[in-house]
Amino acid sequence: MKEVISANQAVSYAVLAAKAQVIAAYPITPQSSIVEMLSGFCARGALNAKFINVESEHSAMAACMSASVAGARTFTATSSQGLALMHEVLHYASGLRLPIVMANVNRALASPFNLKADLTDSLSQRDTGWMQFYCESGQEAFDTIIQAYRIAERILLPVMVNMEGFILSHTYEIVDIPEQKDVDLFLPPCPPRECLDIDNPSMFGSTTDYYINFRYKMHQDMERAKAVCEEIGADFKKIFGRDYGLASSYLCEDADLILVTAGTIAGTCRVVADRARDRGLKVGVLRIRMARPFPGKQICEYLKTAKKIAVIDRDFSPGCGGIFAQEVKAALQGSASHTPVYEFIAGLGGKDVTDKDIEKIIEQTRNTPNPGDSTWIGLLK
Amino acid sequence: MDRSAKIKFPIAEEELMYSGHTACPGCGAALALKYVLKGLGPRTIIVIPPSCVGVIGAGFPLSSLNIPVLRIPFESTAITASGIRAALDVMGKEDINVLAWAGDGGTFDIGLQALSGSAERNDDIIYVCYDNEGYMNTGIQRSSSTPAGAWTTTTPAPHVKDTPKKDIVRIMAAHNIPYIATASIGYPADLIKKVKKAKKIKGTKFILIFSPCPTGWRYSPDLTISIAKLATETGIFPLYEIEDEEKYILSSKKTEKPLRDYFALQGRFRNLSEENFQSLEKRVKKEREYLKRMAG
Repeated sequence: MKEVISANQAVSYAVLAAKAQVIAAYPITPQSSIVEMLSGFCARGALNAKFINVESEHSAMAACMSASVAGARTFTATSSQGLALMHEVLHYASGLRLPIVMANVNRALASPFNLKADLTDSLSQRDTGWMQFYCESGQEAFDTIIQAYRIAERILLPVMVNMEGFILSHTYEIVDIPEQKDVDLFLPPCPPRECLDIDNPSMFGSTTDYYINFRYKMHQDMERAKAVCEEIGADFKKIFGRDYGLASSYLCEDADLILVTAGTIAGTCRVVADRARDRGLKVGVLRIRMARPFPGKQICEYLKTAKKIAVIDRDFSPGCGGIFAQEVKAALQGSASHTPVYEFIAGLGGKDVTDKDIEKIIEQTRNTPNPGDSTWIGLLK
Repeated sequence: MDRSAKIKFPIAEEELMYSGHTACPGCGAALALKYVLKGLGPRTIIVIPPSCVGVIGAGFPLSSLNIPVLRIPFESTAITASGIRAALDVMGKEDINVLAWAGDGGTFDIGLQALSGSAERNDDIIYVCYDNEGYMNTGIQRSSSTPAGAWTTTTPAPHVKDTPKKDIVRIMAAHNIPYIATASIGYPADLIKKVKKAKKIKGTKFILIFSPCPTGWRYSPDLTISIAKLATETGIFPLYEIEDEEKYILSSKKTEKPLRDYFALQGRFRNLSEENFQSLEKRVKKEREYLKRMAG
């Protein structure tokens, strides 16, 4: 059924369709409407789940963690400071190999205070052992939540589904909400876990010198997750007709200059790429959808024709630069390519990244012989 | 011969905590856990944050407890128990006890926020705090449960702690939960009776167990039980229950022994000044009167 809804609402409907069993959440702008809607579903009995109104995000993730060990399908949603507060428990969740799914509505981290979009909140959690997806539309947010449960329950690692605050979370657009029977076909009930088994008691999470082995296993499974995500994506396409991939490319096949970004900036990039093509410039766009595990090989494959690469980051690692730019450069280092990568920081704190900004980025990349320091777009006078 | 036919044991013989655990000799916390598990029985899941008991339980792949154990973040004892409860309820496994188990550091200090959250929602869990009045696992640092006048490694002599022990029971009482009790490893039958009572009540149950620590309190390990009994007999750790939010039930045990007897046995009070002693004595008296008043 097609509905005009916000991406936050799309996430709530997806969690309803996924039949989550324990939801623990704490409100934070711009995430709150996700859990408001879910608490309504639980209260009315539309969703047979236990909703725990916790006193903090730390407790939200701790509740999801323990409920997941006990075998329940769990969900929480957060943003920015809330995600930062969860940091400790994110490591526990992945270390315990729990298939928790969380929506993170990207928002800038204080200080100074800013409620708008910025991907640094989730990207600064990239070493916590969570798989990470970045969405571009309400439809993709819905679909990714459904896929995330399949992926998480197969790989046994948690998944964070990210979308930019307000720009995506509060934008209303057409979302096709599939029939429940199709979702059930794609996503069977959560496989039983026998961890906290009264009849066969064991201890979980205790001290061990095998720590390095546990981490190695996590690394292997993260690597395996790339192929599994592609496989589950193909399965999803068979039922629902939509496919997103680990990264989505637009006109990259013959492009001389490829714009690389994540999230909603990609849409504007595609419009600008079309215009550039009209002027005879071979511009392509690559949107990175999966950031952990980082699909470096696939990304290098998409980038192989490019003579220059411009990465636009709505995120920033102080003292280093744009985070996706570093990831792309690291991936290229492992390939035969020595394509120069130009770094652009844009849209921090929800600043609009306009078509004019992207045209400027293309011009600067074309006209500068060597990439230097990162260029900051949209600084106020 | 069937012994139970002749002698009535008030305490279950079945052990859920086995020998081979790694507690220090004379550890009060090990006894507290052993007794609580005897009271709850095998259909119990326990969550344990970083604490002595986290270590006592043994490292991977061993466990000294014959119940499922989940090791959890320090500040999340109550909420992780609530999370397991929620999962069990939604999966139709309602007959399993969920035991949140933490020390005084994990309860009075870092875990207080989550504990308050679970208690305010009245989540159906049993929360036990084994109270040894300091961060013993990390090397005897002060907690907000450390009494005034006590030495710890972060309240070094002669600059011993100068503020009183936090009254966690009154904090929990302010949450209007259905059952609160104080208990002591000095009185196992009373302790287990309280655990069994808590097991039957729906909602958040809170039990504070006095658990002396020879290593941290600086006394000979053979004195653990004597010190636990003395704490109650001198009135510094009174035993009582609060049922249905307001019904105070005081233990009938006499609490008139001189307070000096209790302090004299412990090296941690070697630097207790006369001024500190006077104020502690006053506080004990005040608390005794307060509890009598509450019990009507």
